[in-house]
Amino acid sequence: MQDNPKSLFEKVWDAHEVGKLSDGRSQLFIGTHLIHEVTSPQAFGMLRDLDLPVRYPNRTFATVDHIVPTDERNEPYSDALADAMIKELRKNCKDNGVTFFDTNTGKQGIVHIIGPEQGITQPGMTIACGDSHTSTHGAFGAIAFGIGTSQVRDVLATQTLALSRLKVRRINVDGELAPGVYAKDVILHIIRVLGVNGGIGYAYEFGGEVFDNFTMEERMTVCNMSIEGGARCGYVNPDETTFEYLKGRNYAPKNWDEAVSHWKSLRSDPGCEYGDVVNIRAEDILPTVTWGITPGQAIFVDQNIPIPAELPEKDRATAEEALEHMSLVPGAPIAGTPIDVAFLGSCTNGRLSDLQEAARYLKGRKVAKSVKAIVVPGSQVVAQIAEQQGLDKIFTEAGFEWRGAGCSMCLAMNPDKLIGNQLCASSSNRNFKGRQGSITGRTMLMSPLMVIAAAITGEITDARKLFEIGRTAA
Amino acid sequence: MALEKITKVVGTGVPVMGDDIDTDRIIPARFMKCVTFDGLGEFAFFDVRNNEDGTPKDHVLNEDRFAKATILVSGENFGCGSSREHAPQSLYRYGFRGILAESFAEIFFGNSITLGMPCMTLARPDLDEIAATLKADPTTPVQLDVLNRSVTVGEREYVAGIPEAAREGLIEGRWDPIAELLETSEQVDGVADRLIYV
Repeated sequence: MQDNPKSLFEKVWDAHEVGKLSDGRSQLFIGTHLIHEVTSPQAFGMLRDLDLPVRYPNRTFATVDHIVPTDERNEPYSDALADAMIKELRKNCKDNGVTFFDTNTGKQGIVHIIGPEQGITQPGMTIACGDSHTSTHGAFGAIAFGIGTSQVRDVLATQTLALSRLKVRRINVDGELAPGVYAKDVILHIIRVLGVNGGIGYAYEFGGEVFDNFTMEERMTVCNMSIEGGARCGYVNPDETTFEYLKGRNYAPKNWDEAVSHWKSLRSDPGCEYGDVVNIRAEDILPTVTWGITPGQAIFVDQNIPIPAELPEKDRATAEEALEHMSLVPGAPIAGTPIDVAFLGSCTNGRLSDLQEAARYLKGRKVAKSVKAIVVPGSQVVAQIAEQQGLDKIFTEAGFEWRGAGCSMCLAMNPDKLIGNQLCASSSNRNFKGRQGSITGRTMLMSPLMVIAAAITGEITDARKLFEIGRTAA
Repeated sequence: MALEKITKVVGTGVPVMGDDIDTDRIIPARFMKCVTFDGLGEFAFFDVRNNEDGTPKDHVLNEDRFAKATILVSGENFGCGSSREHAPQSLYRYGFRGILAESFAEIFFGNSITLGMPCMTLARPDLDEIAATLKADPTTPVQLDVLNRSVTVGEREYVAGIPEAAREGLIEGRWDPIAELLETSEQVDGVADRLIYV
């Protein structure tokens, strides 16, 4: 037993703290800074106004993801604004000596997919990016969080940020997930239990048997949506699964043994103090679907759409607003809700394993005629491996459009948008009003397999029933 | 870089009530196709204020009587979702100088303070009462007292919260930390040298 047991969060924070600022906040060194085209140009502009150089150009990595079209690759893009943004980022990176995973490198993709993929994301780092889903990188045991553009400026100019230390909430998920239940269901369930603002002021430390058994990609899916629960960062303690994933990647440490031994020392000590502890049973989690306009408005696929009057009073107004926007009937089963669009992709579920799992069940089946279905690999590397494995053919033969890498319809800053009040079965992370590009568009969040099931039947469907998952278990 | 000491914000308010108002709603993503923040003010709450065909909706932000409001009043978890600084930038450029809500999402809160736009928390019954007061008389003076952590609406005074670091930064004119962060160059290099991955 150590004298002063600490959580990983405390160890990493302490190692990066430069000092205290006059307002009492910490000045925190940011070891890895990721940037993209949407939230960085203004920051570079501020740097020019202040006549400041980029302080540690070798600790910032750039890619382009939000605005890239997924069906046209040649520049200039037909959207002149998008074209201006990619050119601005290219220029800013060149002028400042920042590594840019550009569209012609074969390594471009969603920033939260390429960081891990290239081995840039490692345990024990502080990682910041002008994007709230930076929490994804916590899957490696890093302290990773989204920042605003003025803070992007701060990191570029000083490699530090002014921040208040967070409390740590330990979330244990023990037991075994039932067949057909995925990492996406786990995080949607956690958000449903703790609320969309339950994580304010906290970092979430995810652990327990389910996380011990998860692959890195599954851990990333959960950490990715910490922010949807209000937690700016979420992480999993690094273990052999983490090290195995990183070994041999482009940016993996050269001093490998030393790095692994250091990473092992960062794990939360037994007996460390948490601000809060929450225990969840894996067996209580079933395939989950959102019915509303916040990620917390979710139910199991076999449940009925809530009746606002039966909800706690504080939730009623938002529920009524949500049901009106979604045009759903309170009390009706959510299964059977017709969909118009199926979107498989995003930093939440656009990784190779998501595509593999989806393709495994899609093979030999057809997308319903009424459904427009697109699959957007999270990165060029994901796309390339998927194509080598023939996944693209499985998708296209089924009626999916196979696209190029990017954020795409998760936030619809590129041409991929909902039209009118289309309802989208989406593997992404946000179901906010207007999120997918149409003011009246509707989004239901779910796991990749549930997206596939909805695409095939044309309606929200329990994938376990459609694919007979778990019925023939030996 | 001497910044203004923000101890108080005085103006009139507009209630945009509701919980979990996310940053996509404050500034839809399609307006982020820009390389500066200039001109974002006109797009604040764009889809909340306008129909798909561009005609204005029946919304409090479209009422002439609230046109000069500088203080936004809302509900729980205001500014959740995307980290886009475009959200507080658009509110600031729209004309807002302070926000009152039951709670704020963390990234939005930090972004707003760095712009010198105080965000203060109040109890829900107080916010509901303030909203009713403003609806009855939009000219009611509203004062955010950052120094003393209170809000005055007309004759009524309410207890308001703001974390000490944010309060300190605002009242001392250090709400944008860049100047102080730049002062410690050597210590920063020292920390970097001790990290095995830098």
